[in-house]
Amino acid sequence: MKEKLEEIKHLAIKTIEGIKTLEELENFRIKFLGKKGELTLVLRDMGKLSKEERPIVGQIANDIRKEIEDKLSVVKMEFIKKAKKERNEKEKIDITIDTNNIMIGHRHPLLKTIDELEDLFISMGFTVVEGPEIETVKNNFDSLNSPENHPSRDLSDTFYLNDELLLRTHTSPVQIRAMKEMGVPLKVISAGRTFRFDDVDDTHSPMFHQLEGLVIGEGVSMANLIHTLDIFIKELFGKDMQTRYRPHHFPFTEPSAEVDVSCIKCRGEGCSACNFTGWSMELLGCGMVHPKVLENCGIDSEKYTGFAFGMGIDRITMVKYGITDIRLLFENDMRFLKQF
Amino acid sequence: MLLPIRWLKDYIDTQKSGKELADGLTLSGSHVESIYSMNKGVKGVIVGKIIEIEKHPDADKLVICKIDIGREVLDIVTGATNVREGQFVPVATVGTILPGEIIIQKTNFRGVDSFGMLCSLKELGFNENVISKPMKDGIFILDKEYPLGTDIVDVLNLNDEVIEFEITPNRPDCLSILGMARETAASFELPLKEPEISFETMDNISDYIKDIDIESKNCNRYYARVVKDVVIKDSPMWIQLRLMEAGIRPINNIVDITNFVMLEFGEPLHAFDLEKISGEKIIVRQAKTDEAFISLDGESRKLNETDLVIADDKEPIAIAGVMGGLHSEVTKDTKLILIEGANFDQRSVRLTSKRLSLRTEASNRFEKGLDPNLCQIAADRVCQLIELTKSGKIVDSFIDKYKEKKEEKTISLRPERANMLLGLDINEDIMIKYLNLLGLKSVYKEGLIYTTVPTRRIDIDIEADLIEEIGRLYGFHNIESKSLIGELTRGVKPFSKTIEDEVKKTLLGIGFNEVMTYSFISPKVYDKTNIDKKSHLRDYIKILNPLGEDYSVMRTTLVPTMMDLFSRNYNKSVKSAFAFEIGNIFLPKELPIVNLPIEQKVLSIGFYGEKDFYFLKETVEKLLCKLGIKDIEYKREEENPVFHPGRTAKAFVNGIEIGTMGEVYIDVCENYDINSKVYIAELDFEKIMELCNFERKYKSLPKYPSTSRDIAVIVDEEILVGDIKSLIIKHSKGIIEDIELFDIYRGDQIPENMKSMAFSITYRSYERTLKDKEVEEIQTSIIRDLEKTFDAKLRS
Repeated sequence: MKEKLEEIKHLAIKTIEGIKTLEELENFRIKFLGKKGELTLVLRDMGKLSKEERPIVGQIANDIRKEIEDKLSVVKMEFIKKAKKERNEKEKIDITIDTNNIMIGHRHPLLKTIDELEDLFISMGFTVVEGPEIETVKNNFDSLNSPENHPSRDLSDTFYLNDELLLRTHTSPVQIRAMKEMGVPLKVISAGRTFRFDDVDDTHSPMFHQLEGLVIGEGVSMANLIHTLDIFIKELFGKDMQTRYRPHHFPFTEPSAEVDVSCIKCRGEGCSACNFTGWSMELLGCGMVHPKVLENCGIDSEKYTGFAFGMGIDRITMVKYGITDIRLLFENDMRFLKQF
Repeated sequence: MLLPIRWLKDYIDTQKSGKELADGLTLSGSHVESIYSMNKGVKGVIVGKIIEIEKHPDADKLVICKIDIGREVLDIVTGATNVREGQFVPVATVGTILPGEIIIQKTNFRGVDSFGMLCSLKELGFNENVISKPMKDGIFILDKEYPLGTDIVDVLNLNDEVIEFEITPNRPDCLSILGMARETAASFELPLKEPEISFETMDNISDYIKDIDIESKNCNRYYARVVKDVVIKDSPMWIQLRLMEAGIRPINNIVDITNFVMLEFGEPLHAFDLEKISGEKIIVRQAKTDEAFISLDGESRKLNETDLVIADDKEPIAIAGVMGGLHSEVTKDTKLILIEGANFDQRSVRLTSKRLSLRTEASNRFEKGLDPNLCQIAADRVCQLIELTKSGKIVDSFIDKYKEKKEEKTISLRPERANMLLGLDINEDIMIKYLNLLGLKSVYKEGLIYTTVPTRRIDIDIEADLIEEIGRLYGFHNIESKSLIGELTRGVKPFSKTIEDEVKKTLLGIGFNEVMTYSFISPKVYDKTNIDKKSHLRDYIKILNPLGEDYSVMRTTLVPTMMDLFSRNYNKSVKSAFAFEIGNIFLPKELPIVNLPIEQKVLSIGFYGEKDFYFLKETVEKLLCKLGIKDIEYKREEENPVFHPGRTAKAFVNGIEIGTMGEVYIDVCENYDINSKVYIAELDFEKIMELCNFERKYKSLPKYPSTSRDIAVIVDEEILVGDIKSLIIKHSKGIIEDIELFDIYRGDQIPENMKSMAFSITYRSYERTLKDKEVEEIQTSIIRDLEKTFDAKLRS
């Protein structure tokens, strides 16, 4: 009987090795190991064996059954693996095909710059405030100590709605509003649209944008102004940037300064963009708030001092992204916007 | 303001280079725009003498000059007509380099070899507008004998540098060489040598002019000198070169001297031909209405009563502080002149100059405000230079009408205040040193610095102004930065910005691009976008002085600028555009405007290409949902002519209208040359801000299964999905979770003007598993109600 079992085993293994499909394999399994399978039939004759032989042959039979089952499972795995491989081959696609089904919006570079600047100042403890685009002559000029016959007040410089109202020419009137409405101490910034009578060309637009900052408190000094702006500039343009504070003149600050920053292109080495000076000129204007401006807003200029700064965001945006024509910022060409 | 360094060195003894001077002056507050050398690349041009001129054998317009250049005599052919034997001229020999890297070569002119060329000022690199008329078309003739072969660069000091400054409007005293010399002296701690003025005189001014009457408040001072036996000629070369370097064209000796002194002192001066003046007096008065005047540029100008003029007993002879008149101009025949050193009101000069579009070196200075004490010193300096150049004889005495004498004022300064404001810790001696360096004479007494401010410093008025002077000489760049101290502050954004950020994030995610358009628009766009003639949107605010019609009114809607940008994109063949803008509209409280108007934030969302109305509606809905705004109701909007009457909706939340969305009417698209459907939603951002709700509470996920039922009904074409949905929801009993439209069908088996709508209704309870019976009951009641309310027929 042992021999018969061995023979069955050999035959089975040989058959399995000859099988070509998963289906045939399954048929074979049923045929061979099932209730009417060859092995089962052989084992039915076990009763004929002696008491001693029975467990031995039984053991052998079980071993053979196990061996065949294992063989079947290995072959089955191979078939499955092969089948998956074939499917993979069939399902191969051209992975270089481009589609355009997903839309994603793009931010306007200038408004994005404003947000970045605002976030930077918020992280430095500044509060963001807003002011109207249409302002009073008082807030835009008078309270800011602008001389009565200053050319900037002319009809050829400023858009007027009537004798008292105008389109704000800078964001500085927000300073006046903040001082009057919020009182001292104060640490605010405000960004927004500003308007001047400039014909449209590569670098001018009748509407442009500024960001203004104001800090008022006891003992606030020029040294604090320099510290604050240095942090801001290094955060915005990089730690390696140098600043240069040049005395300048604004009616609403005294002393006043302009800030030059290392040329953004050559980072101070000197190149054609900076006229070989190494400096990007006039990026910011700043100064200590003029005592008359404080007094105009009901703040005791003996007790409180403060500094203010302002910058043109259109220019900063253009410098930052290498945009050479300001008109692009207002034309909203989708091909332009999609670059940001 | 151009500062030739050689001229500066007349008053300051320094060996510093242009770059060093420019850097130092920049840091003390004079903003340098550029530094350049007068030499634009001339190399090898030398002095030669014309020893003989021969006619060219074959060309009438050419001559052959024999030029002695010291080491040899060259034949040079020229077409210039101003060459004479004996003249000294600049010679560019073969191999010489001229500006623009032009290399001179031997040339053959109709059979005659020319070994170089004679140079004009332009060829030597001078800007055409500073070259005097006689020199413009000819060879530059040197004023005197120079050693032959001398480099022209040395003769004309062409290697000298010029610094160009931008002078801030508060410092008109710096619009002068002396002003800049004072800044240089202070910045580099160098002594300043001011010119000492003296000259001989004869006769008496009363022999030539009786008086000067100031009839207008716009003239504070009029100082006059008379010069006789005037000889009009070219100025000496040193004066001409100074003027050219400073950007002014030489004309004749008298005019050049007045210009020279204007540049030197910053006080504009004028010379009149006294013999052309009618009457015995000079009158300073306002012009009469439409008074005619011919200015010395030959232009005929119409004056009015806002213009200040200098006049004789007949007519104006100058527009005060702006330009002289042609009639009394100094000409080659002038023998007797009156030198004017006056002080005119800055505002008056500015308005006249602006009105006449006539900006001159003089008006530019007067309109910034000048020190009236300059009049005399500057006019006297003119007299001194006239004497020095032998241009005339100075008549004794002067007429000086000075209404309000400007006196020096004294300002006190607290040293500790200066230290506090600048963030410094320097002692009063250093402060006084800085102030004195600037010519602000200062003394220390009992804890205060008393500073006497010269009248030329119109910018110094209060203590803070002196602190600025100390700060800028100390150097702002030398101030050590110190961090702000005080309470810790937390930076915050206004709530509106937080909402804006959320809106932007959401719309960007859906695929809309952020745009930005002008706040002002053309009034024509109201017709172009078909806005109702009676709409309150047409009550716009006009700009008094717009830059043109396109930018002349403040927008009351964002639709036109959105259409405009779509049009621009469409016409540049951009296939589709998706855009949104958050911007202000301006709604007047009254017209004409008196008070500040209402500035209202509006959100506009729009697109063309690919998508349809439902995309717009879903965008709005998803956006509002993100902001916590639910239960939006839509009402058909048929009355707004901007939009398609059948494809436009007004959106409401809790009965509050928040905006309109729709397909832009085809006429409007045509007006904007867009041959595509355009969809725009305009939403009231302020309302959205009021309604939005960022509070979120977790609701447990459902534990019990849902069940769904379909209903298909045939209804009249007029019935909207929204109508049916709101009917269904009324029967909800709290267990309808969702109603989804899955089909609309028109056609076979459906009567004309009817449609079939099929909905899938999902039922779910959060407390229990629903029984079929209760769902069926609701289904039945819905169907009955649909039949009753909309005359709907169930479709099986």
